[in-house]
Amino acid sequence: MSLSHLQRLEAETIQILREVVAEAEKPVMMYSIGKDSAVMLHVARKAFFPAGLPFPLLHVDTTWKFREMYTLRDKVAAMPGTELIVYINPDAVARGINPFTHGSAVHTDIWKTQGLKQALDKYGFDAALGGARRDEEKSRAKERVFSFRTVQHRWDPKNQRPELWRLYNARKHKGESIRVFPLSNWTELDVWRYIELEGIPIVPLYLSRERPVVERDGVLVMVDDERMPLFPNEKPKLRKVRFRTLGCYPLTGAVESTASTIPEIIAEMARARTSERQGRLIDQDAPGSMEIKKQEGYF
Amino acid sequence: MSVAPVILEEPAGLLRFNTCGSVDDGKSTLIGRMLYEAKALFDDQLAALAVDSKRVGTRPGQLDYALLLDGLSAEREQGITIDVAYRYFSSTRRHFIVADTPGHEQYTRNMVTGASTADLSIILIDARKGVLTQTRRHSFIVSLLGIRHVVLAVNKMDLVGYSREVFSRIENEYRQLAVDLKLPAVTCIPVSAVEGDNIVEKSVAMGWYRGPTLMGLLDSVEVDESRAREQPLRMPVQWVNRPDQSFRGYAGTIVAGGVRTGDAVRVQPSGRVSHVSRIVTADGDLAQAAVGQSITLTLEDEIDISRGDLIVQADQPAEVANQFEATVVWMHEAPLLPGRTYFLKIGTRTATATVTSLKYKVNISNLEHIAGATLDINEIGVCNLELDRPIAFDPYDVNRDTGGFILIDRISNDTVGAGMLRFALRRAKNVQWQALDVDKPARSAMKRQRACVLWYTGLSGAGKSTIANLVDKKLHSTDRHTYLLDGDNVRHGLNKDLGFADADRVENVRRIAEVAKLMVDAGLIVGTAFISPFRAEREMARALLAEGEFIEIFIDTPLDVAEGRDPKGLYKKARRGDLKNFTGIDSPYEPPENPDLRIDTTTTTAEEAAEAIVAYLNRRGVVD
Repeated sequence: MSLSHLQRLEAETIQILREVVAEAEKPVMMYSIGKDSAVMLHVARKAFFPAGLPFPLLHVDTTWKFREMYTLRDKVAAMPGTELIVYINPDAVARGINPFTHGSAVHTDIWKTQGLKQALDKYGFDAALGGARRDEEKSRAKERVFSFRTVQHRWDPKNQRPELWRLYNARKHKGESIRVFPLSNWTELDVWRYIELEGIPIVPLYLSRERPVVERDGVLVMVDDERMPLFPNEKPKLRKVRFRTLGCYPLTGAVESTASTIPEIIAEMARARTSERQGRLIDQDAPGSMEIKKQEGYF
Repeated sequence: MSVAPVILEEPAGLLRFNTCGSVDDGKSTLIGRMLYEAKALFDDQLAALAVDSKRVGTRPGQLDYALLLDGLSAEREQGITIDVAYRYFSSTRRHFIVADTPGHEQYTRNMVTGASTADLSIILIDARKGVLTQTRRHSFIVSLLGIRHVVLAVNKMDLVGYSREVFSRIENEYRQLAVDLKLPAVTCIPVSAVEGDNIVEKSVAMGWYRGPTLMGLLDSVEVDESRAREQPLRMPVQWVNRPDQSFRGYAGTIVAGGVRTGDAVRVQPSGRVSHVSRIVTADGDLAQAAVGQSITLTLEDEIDISRGDLIVQADQPAEVANQFEATVVWMHEAPLLPGRTYFLKIGTRTATATVTSLKYKVNISNLEHIAGATLDINEIGVCNLELDRPIAFDPYDVNRDTGGFILIDRISNDTVGAGMLRFALRRAKNVQWQALDVDKPARSAMKRQRACVLWYTGLSGAGKSTIANLVDKKLHSTDRHTYLLDGDNVRHGLNKDLGFADADRVENVRRIAEVAKLMVDAGLIVGTAFISPFRAEREMARALLAEGEFIEIFIDTPLDVAEGRDPKGLYKKARRGDLKNFTGIDSPYEPPENPDLRIDTTTTTAEEAAEAIVAYLNRRGVVD
């Protein structure tokens, strides 16, 4: 009896999740509403069965997510045994930070990076679980499963703890914390196959449908609400698009696609010639920009 | 452009492998080629790579695949691989996880990390250079980590005219090395990563080669999992699941063998036996489970089980011991010091461990054994290890999960070393603590005092001996039973074999702490006046004694003041360079963070200090 690839990945993720709960004092699971979060949450419910989730979920909200994302988030929060903390950086609210006037770099830093640090400090979480995968981006490929953070939440890529076998060092001093990535070894394709196999609810934006979009600098941006300023000659057009990754709607590019079911997504991926984060405008701010953001405390 | 086959059926198998070699051997080109051929490189990644190659690439006019793998800014700037990168791709038969690790000697620890999870290693060599020192080093690490399959990829065959003779010569030399290292299965493949020979397609230019292509081998080689499946059950208990009074389950991942409901299991190290009543998962109870599965077991009997215990097949238990011979790879700038205690994590158990003796170090380039007092970063040594409690284990060669461990510094919490348990030392079973009828409370009570250690610490010339001596006299004059262990005096006898290198200082303090402990057991108030520069050893001494018996007194004198006093003329010698490893000059002093008492000798005389200490002992109830 040999395990399937997905069973093996699931078992590894369960082992990591249990290790966090066994060793951390106050863990939390980052919930970003995307497909990776959905998978991580689903495996977590399995890991601690028949007990409920032994940690709350934390959504660091920017107020700029797609509306369909908020709908799913509220549905997930209503599931029994689920505690969802939504944190909104009050400083960003006061200053009216948005991607249009402040640009993606400032927007991401203040809403997400600073917001996350504030939330972790406020609640005193010492271990934060994130859904990042190593196949997403080059600096992620070099990150540990248990990734140590200083009191200031900084990551030092040149001074990471060696990580051997499946032994994870979760020891830290007061105020220090660890970020843990239980899906490190999953690929984008694994995530979709698992969602299909387990019937995990996802945001419908991942599936192709006609949506109002404008094209800016070669990126298809969906006009999700009236906050989006349009240029005089710009008119949203209805196009069959879907999203491979979901973030703040003005910063997330759609791709033209006819894949309206998960099997169609999987088939489309097998033919795909571009990577998943291509639609992420924030990754392209500067060379090595993900590494810099991560050092500053971004997930 | 060819279109990749649409794979809706997912391949079942997984092979994890690592690559050993340096950029010069064409390692990155090889991995880049494999990813490219497996259609695991996307257009935007290739486009970004083309831009990067122009900007910082090392080969004008060519794609520099190394940039694809070297994800950290420092690596791209310096053109070297520093850290382990993991890459993912699949064939129609298998999923692959590649750990790409740097080849240079100063990154041995990174290579060990990458190799720790590999089923197979690709050792890459340049056909023009043949078997080099680095090839030996890589092969040694591969054998140390117990990797069963080795592929010797002889690269750049295009640059030696695809010569069969060149390949045969290298193969023969390597096969001899493989015998020396007891590598079980070696496959040698002549390749050209740049031209694509024998990577996926059979090389036309090397028709004389009859073996598999590299991808052909990776697709078909047998994975170790089948070996672990045939072994007896091992499941480290990771977490006890107790949602309410009615359910008590033991959550863990099976690391060897399998389990069925009704099976007799033993819990180690306690040795208690019970039977499996349920195998619980969120997808329903299972009748049986096998290696690799993360499950929750419930047992028929209520026995005390907690995280760190090992659940095993009842009639085929693991060994239980607290002293071992182990191979240790050191991974931190601060060297391994025999005598110092570290946290040791094995499976789900964390214990404290001391290297009691470093038997020898291994020169990883020629495999010679060298004597050594400490282990520096990237060095590998064989040592005896003593734990504070017995643990269940299997030799590493039998099982990586029940025989592999990491060492963690108790103060910085860094992972400082990794090791492999070889076998238990019998001494552990033969030496037992003799329980004595007349005990410490009895002896203390007769002396109308509570036995304890007054641990004075501070720089040379701080005034430790002077103050300790005054305290001793005051206690003695009130009929207390005391003994003062003084640094210089102990070094005349008990510790005369020790010098002042860090490793000797650790051993010096360890012996003093042990002697002090015996004297506390005899009911005495013991003063110890030693520099004792390292926090870790003072903590070790504290841990040896019962709660409240260790009183740390920090004689706080700034370096310039102590140096100005220089009662023995030692600072002058040290400044001249005549005295090596002198604390404060060329050897560090780590001041206590929370001493029980701190004496500032710039504002307090020795007499006042001694009075303050005696008053403190009164308040603590050491003397009444």
